[in-house]
Amino acid sequence: MKTQIDPNKYEKVFEKTDGLKNVKTHYCPGCGHGVVHRITMEIVKELDIQHKTIGIAPVGCSVFAYYYMNVDMQQAAHGRACAVATGIKRMLPDHYVFTYQGDGDLAAIGTAETIHACSRGENITIIFINNAIYGMTGGQMAPTTILGQKSSTSPEGRNPQRDGMPINMSEIVALLPGTVYVERVAVNKPGRVRKAKKAILKGFKAQALKKGTSFIEVVSNCNTNWKMTPVEANKWIDDVLLKQYPLGVFKDETGL
Amino acid sequence: MAKQKGMVVIDTENCKGCGLCIANCPTNTLGFSENFNANGYHYSEMKQDTCIACQSCALVCPDVVITVYRLKKEKTV
Repeated sequence: MKTQIDPNKYEKVFEKTDGLKNVKTHYCPGCGHGVVHRITMEIVKELDIQHKTIGIAPVGCSVFAYYYMNVDMQQAAHGRACAVATGIKRMLPDHYVFTYQGDGDLAAIGTAETIHACSRGENITIIFINNAIYGMTGGQMAPTTILGQKSSTSPEGRNPQRDGMPINMSEIVALLPGTVYVERVAVNKPGRVRKAKKAILKGFKAQALKKGTSFIEVVSNCNTNWKMTPVEANKWIDDVLLKQYPLGVFKDETGL
Repeated sequence: MAKQKGMVVIDTENCKGCGLCIANCPTNTLGFSENFNANGYHYSEMKQDTCIACQSCALVCPDVVITVYRLKKEKTV
């Protein structure tokens, strides 16, 4: 179905950025990854750094980010995206290097690489998608799963005596002297998407200052494994998930 | 009927029918189509001419299938 739009009557105010490749994503309907892919690539286009941006894809649902983002990408071993980004940034210091990781990648198997990259203050941008569950493998409990949340390995809810407490990565890395900008945002509402875009834009701009790591945590949904519809999942983020993961700026030394 | 100020064009073949654009539309312009696309999803479409070109649907669309157009302002003489 092709709708004809009269160009004399209407002006285009929003269209798909050509920073994204013109392919269909494999993500579930309603998944927040698509939104974060879009805002990241819009920023790359707006800053006009497409020719010198290198992204690091993780292992997880977003492993195929290199099929969707129209920049140079490298896929890293599970959890090692920050280590790979360190190597690339040190060899090509005038390039913009970002990692795009989920919570199973960054907060579970890759905690050491993440914390040490932030501690060294590498000039990279870390985009951390937190959906409080292991999405790709079938909804197992992640370190970020909140107390009482049901998953396939905690069918009666996460129990703090048996499973421990959830981990808040933004608060942890904000304590490290190497980070320059740490913010937690969400993408469940149009206004929050605008704020998320501003945060990631600041993260990319912070790389040019060469002061340290910028870390942006994006609270996203996983409606398939939360067993909800996309609309319910976005409401659940507001009602429940953001109580454990409050939004806000945890550290900002960029001076921007 | 409110005056139409905008229009959305939806790439129906890539729409996955998640319904986030419909839930976030402030004027209830969008709704699910009765038809399916090739993947079997009820894609979303404009149900009434109340679009105000606010771009809320496009901002939350995970598959970036929405293009938003705004009516140009008529020049006053």
